[in-house]
Amino acid sequence: MNFIYEPWPWYIAGPMIALILLLLLMVGKNFGMSSNLRTLCTLCGAGKTTDFFKFDWKSQKWNLIVVLGAIIGGYVGANFLSNTTAVVLNPETISDLKTFGFESAGTAYLPTEMFATTALGSLKNLVLLVLGGLFVGFGARYAGGCTSGHAISGLSNLQLPSLIAVIGFFIGGLTMIHLIFPILF
Amino acid sequence: MRTLIYLLIGILFGITMFKSEAASWFRIYEMFKFESFHMYGIIGSALLLGILVIQSIKRFEIKSFYGEKIVFTPKAKSFSRYLIGGIIFGLGWALAGACPGPMFTLVGAGYLPILVVIAGAMVGTFVYGIVKDKIPH
Repeated sequence: MNFIYEPWPWYIAGPMIALILLLLLMVGKNFGMSSNLRTLCTLCGAGKTTDFFKFDWKSQKWNLIVVLGAIIGGYVGANFLSNTTAVVLNPETISDLKTFGFESAGTAYLPTEMFATTALGSLKNLVLLVLGGLFVGFGARYAGGCTSGHAISGLSNLQLPSLIAVIGFFIGGLTMIHLIFPILF
Repeated sequence: MRTLIYLLIGILFGITMFKSEAASWFRIYEMFKFESFHMYGIIGSALLLGILVIQSIKRFEIKSFYGEKIVFTPKAKSFSRYLIGGIIFGLGWALAGACPGPMFTLVGAGYLPILVVIAGAMVGTFVYGIVKDKIPH
């Protein structure tokens, strides 16, 4: 059973995601995480400003419970199912990241330069975290889904719109890493 | 009972995201540098099996656990919203290193700054709600 405590290989993780998709379909629901952000906006009172947020949030309560589970799962995974959380990366990736100033590459789960609690003291870092979130939230709703809704649910259902969205995800991601990172870091 | 099922599915999802390192900013960076097969293997195998699951449900008219018909809503036809929205999402995904599922997993894993990303994502969703009738769909 020791393999559970090691990082899970792709051929365990991929089938697990397909199992989650299957389980959600079998209980009459759909796999899509970004719609929770809309529900959270409605819960914060956004329905008073625009119709997009005027809907019965209780119809989405099930998905918020999945989110709660995802939080608990993160806690369990990090605290009870891991001997070490350092991500073993391609050595080339590590040396690339070090030139950008990410000294924690290869020794941590997330870059401490961005995600250690002390990193909240850096104004530049705060701006980057907010911007990253803004783009994810705005883009996911504009595109009508995120990695789970389009790349998994939509593509599994052979939806052309999801293919266009996933191509967009990659154009955006490649632009950020290859063209914008050298300016930011 | 149903609440418990949703919670368990979520826990399974969260553990999978954390343990597969799909919730790691580093893995997303490595993916966009094409320096590892890991993320492609995860998404690719999930997708192949997902196609098998959905096509089987359709072909064999498999009913849900509660005996109801499983309905798939086709995505609305459009080009610009998917491409532009997708590009904006991709920019954020690479910068924050997390998409909307793993974001929450990272809260449980104890990385507090991810709350800033989630707050940003809520504001982004809110801004979309405000400007949605003024942008091409």
